[in-house]
Formats: sequence, C-alpha cells, structure tokens
Amino acid sequence: MTQKITLAKGLNMGLRKAMEDDDKVLLMGEDVGKLGGVFRITDGLQKDFGEDRVIDSPLAESGIVGTAVGMAMRGYRPVVEIQFDGFVYPAYDQIVCQVAKIHYRSKGRVKMPIVIRIPFGGGIGAVEHHSESPEAQFAHTPGLKVVACSNPVDGYWMIQQAIACDDPVIFLEPKRQYHADKAELDDTETPEPLFGSRVVRRGTDATLLAYGPTVKTALKAAEAAATEGRSLEVIDLRTLSPLDMGPVLESVRRTGRAIVVHEAHVNLGMGAELSARITEECFYSLEAPVLRIGGYDTPYPASRIEEEYLPDLDRVLDALDRSLEF
Amino acid sequence: MNAPPPAGPTDGAFGPDLVDVFGPSQSHGGPDLVQLLTPEGERVHHPEFDLDFSAEQLRGFYRDMVLTRRIDTEATALQRHGELGIWAQLLGQEAAQIGCGRALRKQDFVFPTYREHGVAYCRGVDPLKQLGLFRGVDHGDWDPHEFNFALYTIVIGAQCLHATGYAMGVQRDGDVGTGDPDRDTAVVAHFGDGASSQGDVNEAFIFAASYNAPVVFFCQNNQWAISEPIERQSRIPLYQRALGFGFPGIRVDGNDVLATYAVTQAALQRARDGQGPTFVEAYTYRMGAHTTTDDPTRYRLSDDVESWKLRDPIARVEVYLRRNGLVDDAFLADIAAEAADLGHTLREGCKALPDPVPGAMFEHVYAEETEELRAQRDGFAAYHASFEGSH
Ligand SMILES: Cc1ncc(C[n+]2csc(CCOP(=O)(O)OP(=O)(O)O)c2C)c(N)n1
Repeated sequence: MTQKITLAKGLNMGLRKAMEDDDKVLLMGEDVGKLGGVFRITDGLQKDFGEDRVIDSPLAESGIVGTAVGMAMRGYRPVVEIQFDGFVYPAYDQIVCQVAKIHYRSKGRVKMPIVIRIPFGGGIGAVEHHSESPEAQFAHTPGLKVVACSNPVDGYWMIQQAIACDDPVIFLEPKRQYHADKAELDDTETPEPLFGSRVVRRGTDATLLAYGPTVKTALKAAEAAATEGRSLEVIDLRTLSPLDMGPVLESVRRTGRAIVVHEAHVNLGMGAELSARITEECFYSLEAPVLRIGGYDTPYPASRIEEEYLPDLDRVLDALDRSLEF
Repeated sequence: MNAPPPAGPTDGAFGPDLVDVFGPSQSHGGPDLVQLLTPEGERVHHPEFDLDFSAEQLRGFYRDMVLTRRIDTEATALQRHGELGIWAQLLGQEAAQIGCGRALRKQDFVFPTYREHGVAYCRGVDPLKQLGLFRGVDHGDWDPHEFNFALYTIVIGAQCLHATGYAMGVQRDGDVGTGDPDRDTAVVAHFGDGASSQGDVNEAFIFAASYNAPVVFFCQNNQWAISEPIERQSRIPLYQRALGFGFPGIRVDGNDVLATYAVTQAALQRARDGQGPTFVEAYTYRMGAHTTTDDPTRYRLSDDVESWKLRDPIARVEVYLRRNGLVDDAFLADIAAEAADLGHTLREGCKALPDPVPGAMFEHVYAEETEELRAQRDGFAAYHASFEGSH
C-alpha cells in the first residue's frame, strides 16, 4: 500500500510494525505513553500495546538506558526514547560503558539489541539543550552503531531495521523534519540496508556529504547551484558508524571535490573523520581539500541566532566556490 | 592529621538514630541490626527473621565460607607473586556473600559488582574464571545465562539498573507471584556503601519502587569506599534510605551467615511473590585492603580492625558447631584439606590461563561485525604476518 506520510508518521508506523512483528519489542521513555512522546512519535502505541510494552518511565535517563540493559539481558528488545539530544548525557555512562561493551566483555554471550532514539539537531527555536548534535560522541565509541534518518520513508524502514539489529543502535531523528515534508511510502517495497549510504542526487562537479537534517540543506544547495550551471552530487550518509564509504569514495573519485555538511561542531566531528578517510583513499583524485561546513565550535547559541550557526544553503555554496577555486 | 568529623546534629533534633550513626553503638550496627548468631557463637532469636537451620545446612555454610576465604587468600597471594594485576579482596565479607548466595534459587539472577567471589562460588562459577579479569586475560569468562550471574561490573552502581531492568523483564514474563517455587524469580543487585551515593543506584531505587520490580538491593556496607568512610556517604543508616524510596530496608549483621541468609531469603521471597523491592544492608567490615593496590594504614585505625576481628564470620560458626557437637575434628580437617586442594588448583590454574591471542581484541565488538572493523583486523593480521620469520 502506498500513502503520503511525514517522518513522524513513518517512525510511528515503523515502531508499530516492529511491535506487531515481535512481542519482545518494548518502548520506554519519558512521556512516551499517554502523551505519545513530546513529538508524538509513539502516538497511540500505548493504547494498542498496553502499559507493559509502552512504558512511561521515571525522569532518569541513566535509569532508562540502564534498565534497558537488564531488559535486553532478559531477552527483550527495548527501544528507548531520549526526549531531547541535550538530555542524553546523564545516560552517557550507561551507553558508552555498558551498552556498548557488554557484548564484547561477555565474548558475545550477551547481546544488547537496544535502540536509543534521539531527536537531534536544531532549527526549532528551542531553549538550550534542545538542539544538539551529539553523534560524534557515540560514533567514537566502539560497540555502538549510529544511524541518522533524513526522510519519512527511511524513518519507517530504518527504525524497524535498527530494532531487528542485534547490536545497540543510536538512532538519530532530525527533529526539525518530523512534521515538515511528506513523502510517498510503499510498504511493500524491499528497503535498502540499514548500514548503507545513498546517492540522493547525481552530479559531476563536487560531492556534498550530509545526514539527518542537513540532507535537505544539501539538496537545496544542489538545486541552487544547478541554476548557476554547477552540478552537485549529494550523498545521504544514513549510517555514521559504521560509515559506508563505498558510495562516498566512488563519488569523490568522479567529482574530485567533497564538502561535508553537518550541524554538529566541526572540531573533531564526523566531517573530520570523513575528510581523513577521503584523503587517505582518494588523495590523487582530489582537486581540492575536503571542506567542512558545520556548527561552530561554540555551545549551541540562543535560538534567535541559530540560523547563523546552522549550515545553510549560502554557506554550502560559499564552500563550493572555495573548493572550485583550488 | 585526621580530618575533623563531619558536623552533625548533636542536639538530638533529628532523633536518636541519626546521632547513632556517629555514636559508639554504630560499630555494633545499631538497635535494628538483625542477628541470629552472636560473635561469641551464641544462637539468638529474632521476632521476624528467625529460621530453623539443619546441622547439614550449618556445616554447609561453614564449608562455603572456608572455601570462599581460601579463594580470596589464594588470589591475594597470586597477586603478590605477580600472577594477577590486582585483586579485590573479600576478607571479612564471607558471611554476607554466602548467606545471600545460598538463599538464591536457580532461576534467580544476580548482578554483582567486582568483589562477589563468594556469590559467584554459590552460583557454581569456577573460581578460576574470576581470576581472568584480574589477570588481564579477559573481562570475565563465564556465561551469565548459564549461571544466572552477570559479569562483574567495575563502574560502581551501574549494575543496579541492569538488575532492575532484568527484574522488569521478569515481571513481563509473568514469572512473579505465580506460587510456583521453580518459576517465581527474584533478581539481586550487589553494591557497596560508597556506590550507594551514585546516581544509578538511586535511579534504580526509583525504577524498582515505581514498577514494583522483583529486585533485592543487597548492599555490603563494609564501612569503607577505598579511603572514604561511610560517614562521607550517608548521614543516616543506609537501610533507612529505602523508606524514602517507598520500600523496606533491613540492616542485617553481615558477619552472621545465618541472619544474612534469613533476611535475604525473606527479601527474595517478597520479590518472587510480587511484593516488590527490598533493600538489604549487610553490615560488615572490609578486613583487608580495598584492593591489593590499596594501603589502608593511611586512613584507618588498626584498633578498628582489631575490634572487627573479634566478629569474624567463620569463627563464630565454628564455635557454634563445636559447642553443639555438630562437627568433629575430622570434619574440620577434611574442610581444611579441601580448601588446600582448592588453593592448589587455583594456583596452578591461574598460571596456566593462556594469554589471549592479540587478534582476539577484534572479536565480539559487534554481534554483526562491520566491514570497517574487519578491515582493521585484516590489516592487523597482515602487519603481524609481515614480521614472521624475521627473527
Ligand atoms: C563510577 C566509579 N567511580 C570510581 C570508581 C573507582 N572505585 C572503585 S571501587 C571504589 C570504592 C567503592 O566503594 P564501595 O561502593 O563502598 O564498595 P567496596 O569496594 O567497598 O565493596 C571506587 C571509588 C569506580 N569503579 N566507578
């Protein structure tokens, strides 16, 4: 069946499907029950699956993730919601010291099929701690897998694939896009693999690398560049750890130029990793250094000036100019 | 110079219990301490937690504690000989661990910290397995699901949440309150007095209380968190904290294996019956150092240690058994011989524990291995292979 859905709807439908398919799947988090989550991603699920499977939790992030560890050990597949990106830090210890390491420590005897959903990124005019991009913290942690969806169709499929994965997955959802654009979902299609990047626009002059909220920014920039006769390729990375470098390297070898676009701070961020890998693998194909457009190395600013902080179309086009000048 | 004692309420405004923590009676555990066997080996009775113990059970406790102590002293010696990098000793805490460990049923699940060698022994884990972590050949090498005994947790308190989550899973499986003794399941979280200050422990209390999870929080209050005394963690007796979270707290003489067994059993049964969490504070003392790298003479008085020696958990059972004619010299000699054998086995076994092959570091990072990591592993193997035959 095909229907037009938002990202929020795609995630909601994906969660529902996962819960129908496997009764070991549990949802837990603050306000995920009656309210359906502050973004309504779990809307209606407690009504249909009951309070034992959609669990309103105490307001304790370490508690949410730490109890998920125990549930996973008991054979459940917990999907926990961190209400906002900036509130994942109280759970950071449980995520990096426990969730990420228990499979390793136990020599594979104990699996941690936990999904940690984090609405991430800015652009919603929020107060502080509600607009952050903590992906590098988790992508830097062996044992975790980190993915970011960027559109409704991916939201539907990727959440189900993440839940089915036997490894812990940090699942990043661009909150700015939850209720923004609709897309056509055909749920009879075979989805792409969870851990794969994807070329979302073909081009020849330079490659834009984006994920989550910046995919839209990159596509807009590519459109604007096209009116000036420049052809940009856009890749939605989708998976940050492991990184799927195949399509990236193939593209950069063709275009000779790469620009990474993310909302997170540039210093030691995903862009740094991508740049290093591209340089190692495609040194002789490069016409210019890999450039990075991202949030500045400041705390997330007050929302009235967040548009200055977030990468936008103009900054991407400016980077393109710089790249082409080499 | 010793730091001044923390300024405490002295006018009694907060009631006698609070003053008690710092007062002289504190070293005896206070008026609420559950005890069934005194340090002198006298059997005493308790209105709520009394049990009848068979001679066989008592001899079993004795044997368990002697063997546990042997595991500990042997491992300590192995560390001194350079065979272990470090060892977390349990000397003095045998009764707390055996009392708790023996109250468990097969289906119960334990989440230990790093010092629960006696509980591990009760769960049937080969003591040699615990040495691996401390020798540095692995991070623990037993199957948690085989023994219903999770791997040791080094980050203090983290496992209390795991236990609570596991207990929530037990609830969802319908394995509480069925009345079937082979099915109803309790979960135990072990932690120390220092860990009780951690957020995770307090969050675990909240979750467990809020969901009425079948979990027993078993705190071995051995008075010290490395060099920090209990007064630095709590201004009230620890067991009284439970009330604030909405479930019962009990302080038991952790050097009394009978009382520890009785109290833990009651708490476990409450959990299995679906009546929710209990906090058990096993009031004990760490006779040795925190670990083999610690020097307790820097921060505590030898007088304290001497006074606790008089409360040795094994000695009092031995006195009781002898006085009541429940053991003879031959029995005691047999156990001593068994302990010597165990020591020998551990000694030889430890030295024979193989180092992991270097490539093992790449194994089990993920359930579903990534291409990236496979490439690193292959690169590592090729790099090593390039040296082969070069010397
Ligand atoms: C989160 C954390 N902080 C610090 C440490 C270092 N550390 C290891 S054991 C310990 C003391 C713990 O004392 P307690 O909880 O009373 O348990 P005990 O070792 O006395 O049984 C400390 C500070 C740690 N392991 N984890």
